[in-house]
Amino acid sequence: MKLKINGTEHELDVDTRTSLLDACRDHLGLTGSKKGCDHGQCGACTMLVNGRRINSCLTLAVMHEGDEITTIEGLGDPGNLHPMQEAFLHHDGFQCGYCTPGQIVSAVGMLGEVSDGWPSHATADVKDGASLSQGEIRERMSGNLCRCSAYPNIVDAIETASAKMKETA
Amino acid sequence: MRPFEYSRAGNVSEAGALAGRFIAGGTNLLDLMKLEVETPEKLVDITRLPLREIEETVDGGLRIGALVTNSDLAAEPRIRRDYEVLSRALLAGASGQLRNKATTGGNLLQRTRCSYFYETSQPCNKREPGSGCGAIGGFNRIHAILGTSEKCIATHPSDMAVAMRLLDAVVETLKADGSSREIPVGEFYRLPGETPQIESVLDQGELITAVRLPKPLQGEHRYRKVRDRASYAFALVSVAAVVRMDGGRIAEARLAFGGLAHMPWRDAAVEAALIGQAPSMALFDKAADILLAEAKGQGENDFKIPLARRTLKAVLADATKGA
Ligand SMILES: Cc1cc2nc3c(=O)[nH]c(=O)nc-3n(C[C@H](O)[C@H](O)[C@H](O)COP(=O)(O)OP(=O)(O)OC[C@H]3O[C@@H](n4cnc5c(N)ncnc54)[C@H](O)[C@@H]3O)c2cc1C
Ligand code: SF4
Ligand code: FES
Ligand code: FES
Repeated sequence: MKLKINGTEHELDVDTRTSLLDACRDHLGLTGSKKGCDHGQCGACTMLVNGRRINSCLTLAVMHEGDEITTIEGLGDPGNLHPMQEAFLHHDGFQCGYCTPGQIVSAVGMLGEVSDGWPSHATADVKDGASLSQGEIRERMSGNLCRCSAYPNIVDAIETASAKMKETA
Repeated sequence: MRPFEYSRAGNVSEAGALAGRFIAGGTNLLDLMKLEVETPEKLVDITRLPLREIEETVDGGLRIGALVTNSDLAAEPRIRRDYEVLSRALLAGASGQLRNKATTGGNLLQRTRCSYFYETSQPCNKREPGSGCGAIGGFNRIHAILGTSEKCIATHPSDMAVAMRLLDAVVETLKADGSSREIPVGEFYRLPGETPQIESVLDQGELITAVRLPKPLQGEHRYRKVRDRASYAFALVSVAAVVRMDGGRIAEARLAFGGLAHMPWRDAAVEAALIGQAPSMALFDKAADILLAEAKGQGENDFKIPLARRTLKAVLADATKGA
């Protein structure tokens, strides 16, 4: 089968049972995405599929032929960081770093949802769109757990990156 | 995970004939397959079927394709404007990542979160009929207080389905033999009874194609979910409500409950007791008395009985406060 990841087509031969996460980590050497729980509970494996964030541990690689998949490696690299990666560094948005790739990819996906006007559980009036308060960030990022509890800095990093991305947009 | 054969359904009419287990978002089925709670030999991927539209119906309602994601449905402007209770229920469920994958059909058919059901070394009549129920007399904090049986006390975990029940949504299906039918959500689920492994009235190979909403309900829409953390947790108790006031009295009241039973719970007598009455705490207590008359705690979940009462009263007080 073929998978298109970070703009590159990969040919691979996988068992039908292979999750999208395992296909990237074990077959394509893209080990940036992490496996925390393998059951959709932690968000460490978050990837973007056609621009939307998902848990890559809870989907099969064979179901994603033809999709545009973005992993943390596709957002930026050490010489050319994505604004979200830069902001996590600047704000110390991590301690051990295990949840970080998932946090960053999820945050990028989340900002896309906000700019599309999606409401959240924290939105006072779902008929209106929402502005990005700290409360909104916390609710929208609740699918990403951090064992080190770096949450306050993660929220700050996302606020900073969001402002920066708006400036440059 | 057990090996399985994978195929992709190319069109709606062939999906049932492929004679396998449908997979949509996969967020519940794959979770259970990893644990070998579910062991399908054949998976039929339905995600490429053209069932992603939300369209208006002739009677002023909406038809939601079975593959519309929970995110897209919650964000759809007509849902936010006219079916706020549904948007709210969806947004109270799972996480952003999961809602982006979870589908309307799959959400209705997600299975219980009972920990004995999830643990294959434990007895569970739902997973293995006849093996017993580990939760009765065991860890049963999240379990049902209404409509239970001696075989199973599990709850249905969906938030979306509670709002769908309140709205009197109708499930449209296509059977493997090509015939189609329409099933009101109120007749879609089954109580556990003697056969807790059978959860809905769907036949083998019957595909959900859409869920239809009748025309919008006027009034105040509420969805209140009580859970162990502020976000990203299943409901212990949830209350969906649409209440319309007229001249200081309750003109119309619809209520549905999550976390209480094997299906989204609705009780016509509770609604009837509210109609034509002026709102008061005494009235709301009476409604709770009716709702909980047959409620039975299992030990660890006894707290759900007062919690359901308090949540119902708080929701009704909030929905009628402008009157
Ligand atoms: C960590 C976690 C937290 C969660 N929290 C919540 C929560 O708070 N509230 C909540 O409501 N839910 C919650 N969920 C559950 C989530 O909402 C469901 O997993 C999801 O809605 C299932 O949809 P799906 O499309 O992924 O279904 P799938 O996993 O693809 O399928 C589920 C079942 O439905 C069948 N099926 C799917 N589509 C069709 C169809 N069109 N016709 C016939 N059969 C079909 C499948 O065969 C399977 O049996 C949570 C899940 C996880 C993993
Ligand atoms: S409550 Fe139902 S699902 Fe849970 S162990 Fe008992 S039979 Fe199984
Ligand atoms: S590894 Fe996918 S959500 Fe935890
Ligand atoms: S930084 Fe350690 S888990 Fe988040």
